[in-house]
Amino acid sequence: MKPLQDIIVVDFSQFLSGPSAGLRLADMGAQVIKIERPGIGDICRQLYVSNVMIEGESTIFHAINRNKQSYAADLKKTEDLEKVKKIVAQADVLMHNFRPGVMERLGLDYETIKAINPQIVYAEVSGYGDEGPWKDLPGQDLLLQAVSGLTWLSSNRSDSPTPMGVAVVDILAGTHIAQGILAALYQRAITNEGSLVQVSMLESILDFQFEVLTCFYNDGRELPVRSEVNNGHAYLSAPYGIYKTADGYLALAMGNITQLATLLQCDPLQHFTNTAEWFVKRDEIKSILAGHLTARTTDEWLSVLEPADIWCAKVMDYDVLVKENGYRMLNMELKVKTSNGLSITTTRCPIRIDGEIYTSGIGAPLLGEHNEQIDEQFGLVEPAIV
Amino acid sequence: MSRLPLEGLLVLEFSQYLSGPVAGLRLADLGARVIKIERPGRGDAGRRLSIKDMWTDDSSLLFHTINRNKESFTADLKNAEDLALVKKLIEKADVLTHNFRPGIMEKVGLGYTEVKRINQRIIYGAISGYGNEGPWKDRPGQDLLLQSMSGLAYTTGNAKDNPMPFGLAIADNLCGSQLVQGILGALIRRHKTGTGALIEISMLESLLDFQFELLTTYHSSGLLPERSGVNNGHPLLHAPYGIYNTADGYIAIAMINIKQLALAISCKDLLNFDQKDAFSLRDEIKAVLAKHLLTQSSSCWLQKLHANDLWAMEVLDWERLTKLEAYKVLQMEQAINSHGKSITTTRCPIRINGERIFSPKPAPQLGEDNEKIKDELIK
Repeated sequence: MKPLQDIIVVDFSQFLSGPSAGLRLADMGAQVIKIERPGIGDICRQLYVSNVMIEGESTIFHAINRNKQSYAADLKKTEDLEKVKKIVAQADVLMHNFRPGVMERLGLDYETIKAINPQIVYAEVSGYGDEGPWKDLPGQDLLLQAVSGLTWLSSNRSDSPTPMGVAVVDILAGTHIAQGILAALYQRAITNEGSLVQVSMLESILDFQFEVLTCFYNDGRELPVRSEVNNGHAYLSAPYGIYKTADGYLALAMGNITQLATLLQCDPLQHFTNTAEWFVKRDEIKSILAGHLTARTTDEWLSVLEPADIWCAKVMDYDVLVKENGYRMLNMELKVKTSNGLSITTTRCPIRIDGEIYTSGIGAPLLGEHNEQIDEQFGLVEPAIV
Repeated sequence: MSRLPLEGLLVLEFSQYLSGPVAGLRLADLGARVIKIERPGRGDAGRRLSIKDMWTDDSSLLFHTINRNKESFTADLKNAEDLALVKKLIEKADVLTHNFRPGIMEKVGLGYTEVKRINQRIIYGAISGYGNEGPWKDRPGQDLLLQSMSGLAYTTGNAKDNPMPFGLAIADNLCGSQLVQGILGALIRRHKTGTGALIEISMLESLLDFQFELLTTYHSSGLLPERSGVNNGHPLLHAPYGIYNTADGYIAIAMINIKQLALAISCKDLLNFDQKDAFSLRDEIKAVLAKHLLTQSSSCWLQKLHANDLWAMEVLDWERLTKLEAYKVLQMEQAINSHGKSITTTRCPIRINGERIFSPKPAPQLGEDNEKIKDELIK
């Protein structure tokens, strides 16, 4: 039995933060019903990226929304709203990521829903929380990276602030709201009580920085200083970073500099015997290393470093990675099919349970695809006029 | 907070460093009792790992950050007597986590099969670097190495840059978060069925999951994602997405229609570009924009952009951010008293019933709770 079998999630959220949480819940066995506007639906359906489209919809919509159902409803129409409320009355979880105030205006706020369904877990993701001067601003990933200080951690010191090239704020906020929902469902099993669970993208991205922020709070509020050469982490000593070789790139994590000097036959590094220098003089050390490592191929260096248990790896792009056995053994790829026969390859849920990987073949829903089925399930079918 | 959701649950944490312990921290903040099982003498290797040489006591500030709100029980798992005590604890536990390399827990007799024999209902959470089989299974599960092997290093920085890692431990952090999800899912199921579960996740699977949008696009197009040549923000996104230098700082600009942007900031040269070329000509568009934005201050641009409801924000560092009302209103900081020394750190980012979760309990000293735990749980 999948962990969330019999759990019904009504998901009003759009784009990535909420929907990525919905995807995880769906993969763990929940019935996830997307409530979408007729005609347009989740705005992510129209968010074309990289000019790659599937069936006139963006690839990322299909990746995020596989294994879900779609119920089209115009929440500004009384009739539709009443139907949605009847679904919510029988649901276990409601989730949304509207800006503060929107659900209140629709009459779908926590107090109203709690009155209909006291056991519901009501989950919301906001950009900046529901108070303060930023509460009405758009909760967009890059903008949250920008205001949270995150952009001063990647790339080299003399570079501009550099964002992380994946929607890290959305995804972390999604994992956090999923954690909160699951914890609240567990509590409900014990106490029979529902809860309100809230996560803001700003709190999520601050949480991600908890180690380095704690350092900042306690060291007299000194800002992070990125390494000038091949920065891997602003707070770590040489050699931490990615280095160019004769034919590619090599990553070196924490390591002993003099041991590296010997293994790599890099004499100028031999005199860095004082471990404190590995941080203070990291740019100097890393420059020497960077100059030295271009002389041979990645595999040549690995053949020296790996037997000595040095923490190192070949840097791979997807073309190289997907051919590796270490990748293929994971069976991470998943083929899903939409109801109109379109097939796409995406990734599966990363969690294994009792040794099993969960692989649902259900693709993303067409807008409103499940209206009839859901009307039936929740007893919303109009009685036939006699 | 009247009642935390995971109150009453007992978690045994055999994990070290970050990936497993960050999961333990979340479970603790959500109300579970988390006991670290540590080697006598040394303990969690994370105790000796510091950043900026900052120490709270014998253990680093870093360790204190990751392990607050937990207890510590020392046991030498190679010693039969100690192992017997640990097995007694396992009888009482709801959850066990570890992040040893594959085979280590089995060697000490605490693999899932053995543990399940002691406690049928236990949720056994195991983190690995690369899974339990295959050519990489014995490789070190270290964050930078995982970033480098998973393709992630080709998402950040500009097209001409070397592959560039995220400057934070994303693999550890995400893998820990996903372990929490698996554990909580299994606890929900256990309440219905009475059965325990084995939850496994590797850092590599976590990072592949993290890149699911990029990988799905890659599988469907067959083309490697390419970082933008100018101010890359996300390899899949069109102009103007990125961070730009202004006359006095930096601003971030997200998805905005080119024409709307041109009009809002009075940039005539941008009007030469059509929205349909916003991806294929993104570097050209971004170069024009970058030049134009240098002419005025950040606040000037933001005023114009916000007046038109366009998606942009100033780039801040922690010094400026933490002085702003928008940050203060979150109350994200909490002070922790660790044996007379005060540490400021962050709190759990999840709010329950409108309440923030503050957890003032500091990280334990090595073996600090041995006697109490023996009294309460082993006798």
